[in-house]
Formats: sequence, structure tokens, C-alpha cells
Amino acid sequence: MIGLPHYLLLGSIVFCIGVFGVLTRRNAVAVLMSVELMLNAVNINFIAANKYIAPDTAVGQLFSVFVIVVAAAEIAVGLALVISVYRQRRTVDLHDFNLLKW
Amino acid sequence: MDFSILTTEILLALLGLAVLILGLVLPGKGRKFVNALALGGMALVLLYLILNFSREAGLFNGVYQVDAYGNYFKLLFLMAGLLVILMGARYIDGFKEKSNEFYGLMIFATLGMMLMVAAGEFITLYVGLELMTISFYILTAYLKSDKLSGEAGLKYLILGATSSAILLFGISLLYASMGSTNFIEIGASFGSSAAVIAGVLMVIAGFAFKISVVPFHMWTPDIYQGAPIPITTYLSVASKAAGFAALLRVFMLAVDPNAVFNWGLLLAVLAAITIVVGNLIALAQRDVKRLLAYSSIAQAGYILVGATAANSYGLKGVLFYAMIYVFANVGAFAVATAVEVDSGRTDIEAFAGLSKRSPLMAAIMTICMLSLAGIPPMAGFAGKFYLFAGAIQAGYLWLALLGLVMSMVSVYYYLGVSKAMYIGENMDEAPLTPGWGSTAALWVCVLATLILGVYPGPLSELAGYAIQIFM
Repeated sequence: MIGLPHYLLLGSIVFCIGVFGVLTRRNAVAVLMSVELMLNAVNINFIAANKYIAPDTAVGQLFSVFVIVVAAAEIAVGLALVISVYRQRRTVDLHDFNLLKW
Repeated sequence: MDFSILTTEILLALLGLAVLILGLVLPGKGRKFVNALALGGMALVLLYLILNFSREAGLFNGVYQVDAYGNYFKLLFLMAGLLVILMGARYIDGFKEKSNEFYGLMIFATLGMMLMVAAGEFITLYVGLELMTISFYILTAYLKSDKLSGEAGLKYLILGATSSAILLFGISLLYASMGSTNFIEIGASFGSSAAVIAGVLMVIAGFAFKISVVPFHMWTPDIYQGAPIPITTYLSVASKAAGFAALLRVFMLAVDPNAVFNWGLLLAVLAAITIVVGNLIALAQRDVKRLLAYSSIAQAGYILVGATAANSYGLKGVLFYAMIYVFANVGAFAVATAVEVDSGRTDIEAFAGLSKRSPLMAAIMTICMLSLAGIPPMAGFAGKFYLFAGAIQAGYLWLALLGLVMSMVSVYYYLGVSKAMYIGENMDEAPLTPGWGSTAALWVCVLATLILGVYPGPLSELAGYAIQIFM
């Protein structure tokens, strides 16, 4: 029988893949995609918890809708920033962004 | 449903939209008018908030709470926003980019902070937090022709989005354990499973990023150096205060302090590391913007001391210190802005001989920095007194002692700037005059710092009144 722990485990695995991507990818766009993966892991958790823990209200589903909307806004700004930086530097490799450091 | 209790927020949202749209449709000459509208409109919203300060109500079953605690922080954000616009006017006018979107985004960032501090549950908190941070991503990268600004914006975006995702994952674990996103309902059925511990730890990590607590502080110096100075100022005073306000509300209402784990000790250790690392790295800085960035990390550590104590003295200290920190930091940044507008640089050498070029600004910079260091009779002393008294009362004597010692260390780097201003020689001896906006902001900051230092009573009573919801 599949229960809440299975979904939470799936969510955690997807989240960890996302974290791994953020830490290891050098391309700014790939990093933004990894962040999306982390947010989708959150959505899995919310939907599953809604069904198993509090099925009479839709708070978890509502939360995931908000997460999707805000993530779309964040990615729109993120890609715009990537383009703006690409126009200055002709690269989106994060290792080349080293003007600011102590 | 009585929507009139949301008037402050609705007015600010309308103002932000008006500034954005008018800036788009009005011809070139109208831009000055739009900028004045942003300033005047924020002042009017602030006035409205002060007149309705004592209004208290819950909306949508406690989803949104209008109370003295939230109102205190809304007051802080609006005042900080006004001071930043005043002191940055000349700098912002120098942009190659259009400036009215800048004001519009600043207003939306302020609105996000207001939603954040008034949220009674996690969805509202998250939406407010993202409204604030997404506005700040754009503002940080606003100077499209400046490489530093673009790089800072991209770094802030990647790190900020990751930290938001971590915060959200923590919230989802709490929801999966307690079946609610409402702070009070979570607090009532606070469990002790592994998921709850992981959830609270991730929520702490997410907030620690926003208030730049070590080891989540790496972004701070880079973003503070690369962003336009008014935004650096606003980030350091208002965004940080918003993070603390939301963190306190979550911790006081949703987290059972004694369940499972000694959360207080964890926060105490974080505060101690933050104070030590922030102050020690600040000693080595040669750029005043970066120096103020590391000093703001250390200041976050001091405020966290009060949050750790979580008794009436400590909480009062958090609110009091957040307010006086606005005046001291905006004052210091206003001088740095004037110097950058004049010379285009912010390293310590650019401040050399400032006492001859502008005695007023040199004196104000010194007073503000002494307040940050906590020297009496400046306001910083009174604030640190409340914070450390709270820590001692809660049994964290070692933390208070560490804070005192590190405050003494910080005097060294704060006075390093004063030394350059008073003893250093500068090739450029032309007098430096700030614009009328900067002058007004400078006077407000220095007077507030001095008056609140000598006579902290009224503000501390207001802070005490605001924390009643936790007692």
C-alpha cells in the first residue's frame, strides 16, 4: 500500500537532485532549472500531505498553486537577468562571474 | 468582510501601480512628477498608518493579522523607504536607465515586507516574501550597463531562489506533520517527529539566509557591493527587519520552544558565530560598502541575541534595535552615497579628508558609526543594552559577554573610517555638498540617533506594546 511516507520520500529525492544540480551545474540556466526541480518536490509534498493528512480542506493544493505561480514569476525575472548579463559578458557560465569577491 | 482594515496595503499597492503606469505613459518631462508622486505618496501612506496605528483585527480566519506588532514593522519599512528615496534621489537621477520603475519596484518591495510581517500563516508569508525578494532581484540588477550590478543580481537570484525553495520544503514538512499552515494551529499540535525537526531546521535556514546569519551570509557582501547604493541600504535595513519580524512570529507562535530540541541554544550558537565572523572579516575590508555589509552581518547577530532570549526584554530589544539600526545605517550609507556620487568610488581612500570638504557629513558618519558600535550616548547603546539584558535574563551570559567584547572590536573598524575622514589627506579639496534630499535624510538620521540614545523611553514603550501579542 502506497502511503504518505512514500510520497515524502519521492519529494525528498527530487529535492536532493535539485540541490545537487544547483551546486554542480555551471550554466546559469541549468541552475534555474534545478531550482524548479526543488520547487516541484515541494509541490509533491503539499499535494500528498493534503490527501493523507487534511483531506477535508484544500490548503495544500492551494499552496502548490501559489508555489507554481510565484515560481513562474521568479523564472521570468531570472531568465531576463540571464539575458541582461549575457549581453554584457557573452557568457552564462557561473565560474566567469568573479568580479565580486573578497 | 471588512476590507477597510487593509487600507494601508491597498493604498501602497495603488501607489506602486500608479508610479509604474504614469512613468510609462507620461512624456519625458512628467518623470520628475512621477518621482515626486512616489515620495509624497509614501509619506501620505506613512501618515495614514500612524493615524491608524492602534487598529487591530484578523482577516480571513486569521490568515492576515493587523496588529501592533505588524504595524510597528510597517512603520519601520515606510520610514526606511522614505529615507532611502530622500538620500538616494541625486544618485537615482544619475541613472542612464529610466528611474520611475525603480521607485515603483521599491514600493512593491515595501508592500511585500508589509504582507510578510502581517501574515498569520505560511501561504501569505511566502507570497509576501517572494514579492519582496523578486522586486529586490530586479532592483539589484537595475544598472544594465554596469557589470557589477548585473553579476550581483544574478547571484542574488540564484541564491535567493534556492533559499526560498529550502524554506518551502521545510514548510511542506511541517504541513505534512501538522496538517495546517496556520501558525497558531501548528503550535497547538506541535509534534516531535523527525519530519518536524527537519522542517523547523529548514525554515531556520531559509530565514537565516534572508537576515544573513553565518553560515548563510555568503551572498551579502557581493550583493551589497554590486547593487545600487540606495538598494544596498534598503536591503540592509528593511529586508533584514522583515526577515526578523517574520522569523519571530513563526517561532513565537508555531514552534514549541521545548519540544524535541533546544531551539534556543541553536539560535544562540548561530548568533555567536555571526557576531564573531561578521566583525572579524569587517576588520580586513578596504571598501566602505563591503565594510558596512560585514558590519550588517554582525548587527544581525546582535539582533538574533534578542530573538534567542525570547523574553520581554529580548523581544523589545529586537524591535527597538531594528528601528534605531535604520537611522544609524541609513545615515552612514547616505554619506557613502554622497561620496560615490562625487568620486565614483567607495574605498576608504575616497573618504580621506572629508572633514575638510564637508564637516557636517564627516560628523554624521562618525556619530552613526559610533551608534552602530554601541557607544553611549548614541541610540545603539540603548538597543544593545536591551538585547544583552534579555540574554542575561534568559541564562545566556556567555552570549552577552561575547557580544560586548565583539562590540569593542567593531569600534576599531568603524573608527578606521573616521580616522581617514579626519586625519587623511585628499587631492580633491573642493567642498562636497549633498543635495537637499540627502541633507534632510542625514539630519533625520543623526537627530533620531542622538535623541533615542538619550531618551529611549517612548520608542521602547512602543516596542513593549507591540510584543504584547507574544506574551
